[in-house]
Amino acid sequence: MTRLKLNTVQQRLSAGAISRLQALPMAFVFAFFFILPLVLVVIVSFWDYNEYEMIPAFSGRGYTDTFEGCAAQLPELCTILKTYAKTVKLCAVTWALTLLIGFTVAYFLAFHVKSRMWQITLSLLCTIPFLTSNVIRMIAWIPMLGRNGLVNQGLQATGITHAPVEWLLFSEFSVVLALVHLFSFFMIVPIFNSMMRIERALIEAAYDSGATGWQTLRHVIIPLSKPGIVIGSIFVITIVMGDFITVGVMGGQQIASAGKIIEVRLNALQFPAAAANAVILLTVTLMIIAGLQRLVDIRKEL
Amino acid sequence: MQRRGLGFYLLAVFFALYVVFLYGPMIGIYILSFQGPDGGLTFPMNGVSLVWFEKLFAGGGIVDIGAAFRRSLALGAVVMLLTVVISVSAGLAFRKRFAGSGLLFYVAIASLIVPSIITSLGIGLEFRLIDDLVKSHGPDWLAADHTTWMGLFTSGLGAHLTWTLPFGLLIMFAIFNRFNPSYEEAARDLGATPWQTLRFVVLPIILPSVIGIGLFGFTLSWDEIARSSQAIGEVNTLPLELQGLTTTVTKPDIYALGTTVSAISFAAILTALTIIRLLRR
Repeated sequence: MTRLKLNTVQQRLSAGAISRLQALPMAFVFAFFFILPLVLVVIVSFWDYNEYEMIPAFSGRGYTDTFEGCAAQLPELCTILKTYAKTVKLCAVTWALTLLIGFTVAYFLAFHVKSRMWQITLSLLCTIPFLTSNVIRMIAWIPMLGRNGLVNQGLQATGITHAPVEWLLFSEFSVVLALVHLFSFFMIVPIFNSMMRIERALIEAAYDSGATGWQTLRHVIIPLSKPGIVIGSIFVITIVMGDFITVGVMGGQQIASAGKIIEVRLNALQFPAAAANAVILLTVTLMIIAGLQRLVDIRKEL
Repeated sequence: MQRRGLGFYLLAVFFALYVVFLYGPMIGIYILSFQGPDGGLTFPMNGVSLVWFEKLFAGGGIVDIGAAFRRSLALGAVVMLLTVVISVSAGLAFRKRFAGSGLLFYVAIASLIVPSIITSLGIGLEFRLIDDLVKSHGPDWLAADHTTWMGLFTSGLGAHLTWTLPFGLLIMFAIFNRFNPSYEEAARDLGATPWQTLRFVVLPIILPSVIGIGLFGFTLSWDEIARSSQAIGEVNTLPLELQGLTTTVTKPDIYALGTTVSAISFAAILTALTIIRLLRR
């Protein structure tokens, strides 16, 4: 009896050791290519710099340069605050649209498509574009929205407008359109996942108690899908807050965003200033996530 | 069969429109890449030809597409392999509680949601600082002609893994959530060693999903831009070249390039799906 117990204990011990060993490669990759880089970003953000190199001496210049003249300009917003205001606005519009589309698509797939085969096929149909290049999916809007694009051709042929509409491409409109196009997937998957976990008996019960379809949606399905909604929101918001590629390509390199500021500083080789902006962006993003996380316990949901 | 209400048809139309929204523009540029020699960037088609593909592969035109193509393919293959091995290994580890498992999980999620430009900047800085350190404090034989360790298969590979591994780990979680442990117990009862159980019972069962991880690993790397941007070193990957071209190119060769890049993505997806189907037989 004791012997048997001892054996189990030994097995358990070695099992823990094996687990740690199995997790080691992943831990190493994240330690060296994620944690250490983040720490360095924070450190370098407090370094000094000149026109062509960073100087390892403590300085708050990265931050003060970023907010230069902000206090004096109040109540008028300075460049950095304006840029953040615009990024948050883009983010909010994209979030609302992806949520609306993501929820509707997930709802259709989870509750209206009954056959397992169709469910898989249709989910796959939504997943495939996510696995193709984002830049190509951006360029793909040029023949649609350009001056001589399909939309303008259509508008002029039907006599709705007489001159091409200019704001369709390389505008905030096209940026939001592309962001929704690219990232609604991140909303669909978690919401679908949450919906598939909803006990079907609960919905039957709601109907049996006389709830209308709308009431069931409002009082049963939406509350139970909340974890998925929150997780999807976190994905979309963090992606859009840090985006510089979509804003660049679809905004014709004319629209500023929080991510784009970092890119501009990097192109000027001002690493501490870029790092300071990265720290600011990270702080803002984490604050948004912290706010969202109060709504749901992520650990329980994955 | 249950009667379908109005709601079903409205939602089905919404879904169909969403699919058109997803695929329509992409299909548009695939078609436009077969424009005739006088064709422009928009519809209508001005003849049909392969001239833009010929231009693309003849090289000399825009950038050295061939070299970027091979670099991206090689990097994608390595990322795929490492993503599979590291994710499966970590996925097995997470089936039991171990010291630091909670931390590792949160770090993986953080790696997914910290804006890519910040991770990329951090890796770029890390390698710059390492290079400076080697030059100033390294032994002479190393410091003398050291330029940089930043490159496709060092910093670039690491940057891609910070993006693919969280997906790999999440897929592994999904697999083991549905995994029935009684198969393993049966194997153990029949006297199989832990290694035999893994090799002959667990791996064959999870193999289709593992192919899925490989697919994610390859395609995410093949299309990656944001994380590569500051961490790839001197040379560019194909998507980075493509992004550079968006501001300068005004001819359909950019569509031809887009079609070629997408063809590789679709080939990868199709291969993976075929293998998964065959394995499920």
